[in-house]
Amino acid sequence: MKDLTVPTMAELAAKGESPEILFWVGCAGSFDERAQKITRDICRILQHVGIKYAVLGTEESCTGDPAKRAGNEFLFQMQAMTNIQTLDAYEIKKIVTGCPHCFNTIKNEYPGLGGNYEVIHHSQLIQQLIDEGKLKAEGGESFKGKKITFHDPCYLGRGNNVYEAPRAALEILDAELVEMKRCRSNGLCCGAGGAQMFKEPEKGVKDINIERIDEALSLQPNIVASSCPFCMTMLSDGVKNYNKEQEVKVLDIAEITVKANGLDR
Amino acid sequence: MLLQVIFLLISIAAITFFTINVRKIARNINLGRPVDRSDRPGERMMVMLKVAFGQTKMVKRPIAAVLHLFVYIGFVIINIEVLEIIIDGLFGTHRIFAAPLGGFYNVLIASFEILAALVLFGVIAFLVRRNILKLQRFTGVEMTEWPKSDANIILIAEVLLMSAFLTMNAADYKLQLMGAAHYTPGGSFPVSGLLSPLLPESQGALIVIERACWWFHIVGIFAFLNYLPYSKHFHILLAFPNTYYSNLEPKGEFNNMAVVTNEVKAMLDPSFVPAPVEEGGRFGAKDISDLTWKNLMDAYTCTECGRCTSVCPANITGKLLSPRKIMMDTRDRATEVGNNIDRHGKEYKDDKTLLDTYISREEIWACTSCNACTEACPVNIDPLAIIMDLRRYAVMEESQAPASLNNMFGNVENNGAPWKYSPADRLNWRVES
Repeated sequence: MKDLTVPTMAELAAKGESPEILFWVGCAGSFDERAQKITRDICRILQHVGIKYAVLGTEESCTGDPAKRAGNEFLFQMQAMTNIQTLDAYEIKKIVTGCPHCFNTIKNEYPGLGGNYEVIHHSQLIQQLIDEGKLKAEGGESFKGKKITFHDPCYLGRGNNVYEAPRAALEILDAELVEMKRCRSNGLCCGAGGAQMFKEPEKGVKDINIERIDEALSLQPNIVASSCPFCMTMLSDGVKNYNKEQEVKVLDIAEITVKANGLDR
Repeated sequence: MLLQVIFLLISIAAITFFTINVRKIARNINLGRPVDRSDRPGERMMVMLKVAFGQTKMVKRPIAAVLHLFVYIGFVIINIEVLEIIIDGLFGTHRIFAAPLGGFYNVLIASFEILAALVLFGVIAFLVRRNILKLQRFTGVEMTEWPKSDANIILIAEVLLMSAFLTMNAADYKLQLMGAAHYTPGGSFPVSGLLSPLLPESQGALIVIERACWWFHIVGIFAFLNYLPYSKHFHILLAFPNTYYSNLEPKGEFNNMAVVTNEVKAMLDPSFVPAPVEEGGRFGAKDISDLTWKNLMDAYTCTECGRCTSVCPANITGKLLSPRKIMMDTRDRATEVGNNIDRHGKEYKDDKTLLDTYISREEIWACTSCNACTEACPVNIDPLAIIMDLRRYAVMEESQAPASLNNMFGNVENNGAPWKYSPADRLNWRVES
C-alpha cells in the first residue's frame, strides 16, 4: 500500500501553502472505527488524483447538525460560528465532506451565518473525477457480476437532490446495479437522521434500519452501497441482525472506488 | 318571477356565508408568525403551475392520479356551466349561451357531459377504495369518525351533483325533442342522451324532473361551496396559494433562527449590537401562534390523503408519529383558537396547547427529518417544519429533550463531537490501527 500522507491546514499554513480543497472529515469520519476507514479511502482518492488537500484535524469541530435537528438551535449556531471563524481564518474557499449531514449543513445553513464556501459531497467529487477521466475502475478488484444496490442518504438525495453522483461511481464498474423499490426521491431513511442516531427509537413494531435492510436484502445483493457514515452504521447493523455479514457487504462508494482502482494495495 | 327572486336570495346568502367562513380561515392563518415568502415571484408561479395546476406530484401513484385528474378537470371545467346556470336562474332564461355560441355550445355541453361521467366514475372509484377496498392509506389513529365521514360526504355529494346534472340534461334533451315551450334546442348530449329513454314520456313529468334537478344541482353546489370551509376539501382552493408560497430552499436546509443568531453573536462578541428581529417571544413553538402563517396555511390545505404518513419511516415501523396527524392537529387547534376568539374575544386563553394537548412528545421525537413526507405531499405541505419548531420549544424553552440527546448536546458542547471522544484524538484516524 502506498503511504498515506494527510496534511493538516496548520501544517500547510506553517509552510505558507494553501490547499485546493479542504476535506471536512466530520465526527463520524474522525471517531467511528468503520467510518475512519472510509475517511482514509477518501484521502487515498484525493492523493491518487493529485489534488492538493488538507484536513483541519483537531481544529475541526461538529458542524452542529445533530444539535440543530434535535431542536438545539443555540448549540448549532455556536458550533457554526466557531467553525466559520476557523474556516475563514484559513481562507477556505472549497470544501469536500465525507458525510451528507456535514455537506448539507455547511452548504445550506452556514451561508446565512456568514460562512460562504463551495461545498461538495465526496460522491460529487468522485463523479467529477470520473467525468474528467482522472478516475477509472481499473487496476484493482473486479466487480464483474457483482450485484450492487445503492441506498440514498436522505440529506444527499431528497435533502439536496444529489441522486446521480453516487450512482456514477457504481455505473463505471462492470457490476449489476439493482434499485430498491424505494429509491432516489422515494428512498426510505436508514433511521439515523434527525438526531435519531444518538437516541433509542420510540416504541414501535420494527426498527427502521431493519425495514430498510429487508428491502435491500430482498434483491439478494452482494453489496449494499451508500455514502453516509450514519447510513453505514444502520445498514451494517441491519445486515448483522440477519448474520449475513459474510454474503452481503455494506460499503461506501469511496471504498468501492478505492477497491476498483487498487488504491488500497 | 318569484323563483328568480328566491334564486337571487339563495345565491346572495350562499356567497355571503361562504365569504364569512373563508375570512375566518384567513384570520386563523394570520394568527401565525410572519415569514417572508414574497421573493422570487416567477419561480413561485412556476411551482404553482407545475404542482397545483399540473398536479405533477400526484403521478407517483398513477391510479389515484388518473382518478383525481378526472375529478379535478371536471370540477374546473363544469364550473363554466355553472355560470350559465346562474344566469338562467337569475333571468329565467333557458341555456342562454346556446344561441350566441352556436356550434361551439354543442361541443361545450358534450364535453361537460363526458367530464361529468368521468367525475362520476372517479368519485365512485374513490368511494370503493375508501369503503370497500379499505386502502391502508386512509386508516390510522388520526382517521377518526369525522375525517372518514368528511371524505364520504364530499364523495357522495359529488355523486349526487353529477347525477342531478346528467338527469337534468336528459330531461332537457327530451323536452327539446318534444318541442316543449321554453326548452329551445341547444346543446349536444352524448351521455344524458343515453339516459333519456329511461325517463317518463309525459311533458309535465319531464318538466318537473328537469326543474327539480336544476334546483337540486345549483342549490347543491351552493351547499357544497359552504361545506368546503368546514372540510378537508378546502384544498381545492388553498392548493394554489399554498404551492405558490412553497419553501424554495433545498429540503435539507432548516431555517436559522435570527433571534438565536443575535444572542449567539452577542455571546461571542460583547460589542455586537443586534438588528431587531420580528419573531415571537418564544424559541420554537408550543402553540399555533408560535408557528408561521405558512405552517397554518399548510394545515388548512391538507386534504388528509395520507401520502406523507404512508412513506414516513417512523409510521411504517409502528411509531406513533404520523405527519398527517401533525397537520390535522395543527388545523384543528388553529380552528379551536379561532373559535375562542369569536366567542370570548382576542385576549382569551384556554388551557390547551398544540404541543401536549394535541401532539405528544413521543410523536415529535420519532421523526428522522428524512423529508419523505414533504416529498410525498402533492401540494407541498411541510409537516417537518412544524415538528422541528415543536422540538425547538421542548429543548430551548423547557430543556425537555430525551436524556440521550442531552448527553449528545453535552458532548458537542464540550468535545466538539456528538460522542464522548477527546477533541485531541480527532486526527487519530490518520494512523491505521
